[in-house]
Amino acid sequence: MKVHEYQGKDILASFGVSVQAGTIARTVNEAVSAAEALNEASGVDLFVVKAQIHAGGRGKGGGVKLARGVEEVRRRATDILGMTLITHQTGPAGQKVRSVLIAEAVDIASEFYLGITLDRERNMSVIMASTEGGVDIETVAAETPEKIVKIWIDPSIGLQAFQAREIAFSFGLEGAALKQAIEFITALYMAYEKSDCSLAEINPLVLTRQGEIMAVDAKIILDDNALFRHKDLLELRDLAEEDPLEVEASRHSLNYVKLDGNVGCMVNGAGLAMATMDIIKLAGGEPANFLDVGGAANPESVEAGFRIILKDPNVRAILVNIFGGIVRCDQVAMGVVEASKNVGIEMPLIVRLQGTNAEEGKKILDESGLSIATAVVFQEAADKVTQILQSA
Amino acid sequence: MSILVNRNTRLIVQGFTGKEGTYHSEQMIEYGTPLVGGVTPGKGGQSHLGRPVFNTVADAVREEGANTTVIFVPPPFAADAILEATTAGIETIVCITEGIPARDMISVYHYVHKKGATLIGPNCPGVVTPGQAKVGIMPAMIFKEGSVGVVSRSGTLTYEAVDQLSRQGLGQSTAVGIGGDPVIGSRFVDILRLFEADPETSAVVMIGEIGGNAEEEAATYIKDHMSKPVFAFIAGSTAPPGRRMGHAGAIISGGKGTAEDKFAALEEAGARIVMNPAAIGEMVANSVST
Repeated sequence: MKVHEYQGKDILASFGVSVQAGTIARTVNEAVSAAEALNEASGVDLFVVKAQIHAGGRGKGGGVKLARGVEEVRRRATDILGMTLITHQTGPAGQKVRSVLIAEAVDIASEFYLGITLDRERNMSVIMASTEGGVDIETVAAETPEKIVKIWIDPSIGLQAFQAREIAFSFGLEGAALKQAIEFITALYMAYEKSDCSLAEINPLVLTRQGEIMAVDAKIILDDNALFRHKDLLELRDLAEEDPLEVEASRHSLNYVKLDGNVGCMVNGAGLAMATMDIIKLAGGEPANFLDVGGAANPESVEAGFRIILKDPNVRAILVNIFGGIVRCDQVAMGVVEASKNVGIEMPLIVRLQGTNAEEGKKILDESGLSIATAVVFQEAADKVTQILQSA
Repeated sequence: MSILVNRNTRLIVQGFTGKEGTYHSEQMIEYGTPLVGGVTPGKGGQSHLGRPVFNTVADAVREEGANTTVIFVPPPFAADAILEATTAGIETIVCITEGIPARDMISVYHYVHKKGATLIGPNCPGVVTPGQAKVGIMPAMIFKEGSVGVVSRSGTLTYEAVDQLSRQGLGQSTAVGIGGDPVIGSRFVDILRLFEADPETSAVVMIGEIGGNAEEEAATYIKDHMSKPVFAFIAGSTAPPGRRMGHAGAIISGGKGTAEDKFAALEEAGARIVMNPAAIGEMVANSVST
């Protein structure tokens, strides 16, 4: 689960990680009050107004602006709040900005990168650090991999002091800043572990001209599987940042990801769903979505699946691909018949049923009087997709 | 022979008396799997499905000589169940549970390896050696005894591959679902090593998917050590980057873990690439007959 920058900074601050001071604002008036309060507290007069959306590249997209004085904060917040921000991570449709973080501008002496994530090769957490802060870390990894220091954490002992020192030294720090960086790294690791993060990325981590080490940005991704033990963090979910169809799907325990193609699909199991997307492409179409109905495919979930697929105006045909194990194909077939009556599917529908009770399922579809193209083997279903696309 | 499970397996079920555990235990028993008992803390001394229930895995090992376990315990307690089985000396642990936090699995992975046990999963459909033992949730009717090894990160796509093979008259030595999570007990390379050493396996079908680099790691192993033909399909050529495709581990991040890269690595290693997921069985059949 992704969280906003300001939420990420709040999580980090609760573990003693030093973060840039700032306040979240949802309206222009709130933005102005936030700036006034920051000014009163520390005398700061230079602010950063930062769009809060779940995507990177906000600065380049025009969602992060410096503002001198409260009046400029008002103007900047007016511009940014409500704008549709398009970045390399939002896709061409962009994302509407619903809140801004009003932060104290920081007088930067040096910028660094610091990130913690799971290393899937070694099955342990890895801390990555680089003196190339403020730059996309994938670019650094591709062009100058020697500039990334990696420290792996043995899960049986956790992060050790010498490891935190090694990273802090790699930044070229000394004296009080070195000590602060060690504390920062240690606190960040604690936040990462205790909050069950999948990613905790600080880019940039800065050394200010006043000699302070602090996080100017924070990207936190939480492990969905661990949210059951973090009810407080679960409340940070921002549904407005998610695709409405994906949110609706999750309410029905369906796993849906919207894509840009013309053939919708409904499948049981994630791997088979991806393979179905791939075969749609081989058949001459483009997949319109990923949709895994899971191990509990029943008439209700099948109907919900159809409703969601049909809300996508690009869809020209639908392929249902079920390999029954625990899922019984006759149940799915009844769901398809019921759903197509209730929902009204006015486009070609191909249903491939295989596995448990597949024959009974096919019989139900064939005798339903509905115009459903049925298939038994996977290739047959793909061929029918091709036929339909060619005749359209 | 076969790998991991066979007729000499002495299987127990953790989460034996729960709804899932009960349903799948019935199926496993019906298949003829040597299922010798189960564990549900607090229900020790009872009998379930005609098998004894134990409070602890250690009791099941002592009383029934259990050497293999299959876990149907909910996510918050599954890591503990794996650690209990490992500590009790179980050799092969199959964890079906989906949704275990990655942090739990990191500690579990290293502990299990230190103890020398084999963990399959979590978030996997299990292991089947046709005609001998069905451990997990795979549907029995698709399997056929034979010599093709199957290893896959998926559930239903594994069934698809097995079904295609059986329809071509090609039986399986063992089919292993290794699971769709980012941290799993056994990766492709661990299972390929077992298939390579198994005299009853003559060819291997490997089904990967986007995310991570386990397929690339497997490619290196295939190139250096596999004498048996490997047929490989990777799901997710059409998946967009940065989006999780159902499985917790199926995500292209930072441009890494694409199907294209994995196909390329496997092809370079000499594996036979299957681009069409509906043609897996056909391709193996054509190759075996020529």
